[in-house]
Amino acid sequence: MSVLCLVEHDESGVTDATLRALSFARRLAESSDETLSALSVGSPNDLALRSLAEYGVSELHPVVLSALETYAPVAWATSLLELATSSRSTAIVAAGTDRGNEVMAYAGALSGLAMVANCFEASRVDELTVRLSRQRWAGSLIEEARLEAAPALLTVAFDGVSAQPASEPTALSVHPFAPTLSDSDLLVAVSQFLPRDAGVSLADARVVVGGGRGVGSAEGFAALEELAELLGGTVGVSRAVTSLGWRSHSQQVGQTGTRISPDLYLVSGISGATQHLAGCQSAKHVVAINTDPDAPIMMRADYAVIGDLNEIIPALVAAIRAR
Amino acid sequence: MVGARIVITPDGQDIDTRHLGFTISPHEECAVEEAVRIVEHHGGTVSVLTLGPPEAAEQLRDAAATGASRLLHLKTDGREWDPIATANAIVASIRDHERDDGPYDLIFFGNEAPDTGDYQVGIRVAHLLSRPCVSGVRNLELSDGRARARREFRGGDEFFDIELPAVLSVKEGINLPRYPSLPGRMRAKKAAIEEGEPTWRAGATHKELLRVPSAPRERAEILGTGVAAVPALVDLLDTFGVLP
Repeated sequence: MSVLCLVEHDESGVTDATLRALSFARRLAESSDETLSALSVGSPNDLALRSLAEYGVSELHPVVLSALETYAPVAWATSLLELATSSRSTAIVAAGTDRGNEVMAYAGALSGLAMVANCFEASRVDELTVRLSRQRWAGSLIEEARLEAAPALLTVAFDGVSAQPASEPTALSVHPFAPTLSDSDLLVAVSQFLPRDAGVSLADARVVVGGGRGVGSAEGFAALEELAELLGGTVGVSRAVTSLGWRSHSQQVGQTGTRISPDLYLVSGISGATQHLAGCQSAKHVVAINTDPDAPIMMRADYAVIGDLNEIIPALVAAIRAR
Repeated sequence: MVGARIVITPDGQDIDTRHLGFTISPHEECAVEEAVRIVEHHGGTVSVLTLGPPEAAEQLRDAAATGASRLLHLKTDGREWDPIATANAIVASIRDHERDDGPYDLIFFGNEAPDTGDYQVGIRVAHLLSRPCVSGVRNLELSDGRARARREFRGGDEFFDIELPAVLSVKEGINLPRYPSLPGRMRAKKAAIEEGEPTWRAGATHKELLRVPSAPRERAEILGTGVAAVPALVDLLDTFGVLP
């Protein structure tokens, strides 16, 4: 009996989202004295194997097939379900990434079982039942629920769980797994991948300078761009700004845009709708510039300056340059 | 739903919606816009389907104002439907239409619900209809009965090439939805809505309680007002180690 976790990995090892999913899955396994096992597509490197042991994985089952050199979500789901059956897994867990959610949705569709997304806590009640806490409205609300399904199919809310190694590393054993795949499992597959031009990406930026409707115009963003460049960061915007056509959607921070986790989010002219706040939950420090001292953003910000960003930001740029 | 405070009903089972307005969700709004653009370009018709309470008819009319010609409302009594029951009801309705009119070339979904974030109804529908599905789509090109869908993956773009008929779950950003024209809105007011009443079925997930996250944060510390606060702001940024 085990809890099975899908591992996403690349040349830098196990992804951060998967480390969080492993931390969640291990706690679920511990709640009923089960072991934690993992499935990866492709062979994780030595760095990744070390992380898996640190995070309490007992058995890793890599699937190494030439047909799976590009991502094929149905084949990934078929592999997970087949391994879960043969290893009598009580739950299958994946990170709440686009891929993790997609693969688990297929696992639900193929098996006819429920799949519950955005979980951050789970413990076993009995053979059929898991008690769950999950995020709704991107974390603005929490639902407590019971799931009656075997195996339980769960994905993990990125913002809701921190990556925590096990108290003691496990002795990891590796058992390659060869799933039975059919042509239909490979119908939907990535046909091409194009890397973007290098540059500071919003999701990975250490500093994000945010601008909302309060910037006043498309041209008004020049000062924010200048400040972002000065701080080695990038500009993020609210949904109002993309709806007005001032900036591209690729710069939108929020539930339906990009989720950011910078050291500093300097957010100006954004009142702080829940959908926007959902995108900056992982920011380490939030500093707001806003004309309204009662704007909802003041409850999320650590520090604030009250006033017009179109005066304050140019003055801030000048002061930093003068240092 | 916009705002920074959510009020829960006293029984802890629902959001108190008495003082809230409703709107079509961002991903779905883009899904409707994408369908309308494809029809403007390639010909055909757009049908829009929703499963929801009586109030959801309003969002169907918004879609009609954008350019959808057939409106279908699977009416519910306000209870929550789980993704399996939702997908089953949608598939039953789609099979019904397709018996008379042939298969839809494309079925669009919003990528995930803003509330439960389930990320799965489109995939379940695609599986039940034995059609290929791409989710998270940010760009779409159609030619010769095939679709080329682009989505983001770790600092790059990945592409899927699939045959129609197909299912696509789209994300906001695939387009910038239009503001419906006045004649469009007038037409939508009078548009007929076809109704169905699917039967609610309990799912495997049993909601026990909704709650607002505990430990509310403290209000921001005010550094000052206007440009007079800039020196304090510079000092603060210095302590964060972000200054050049």
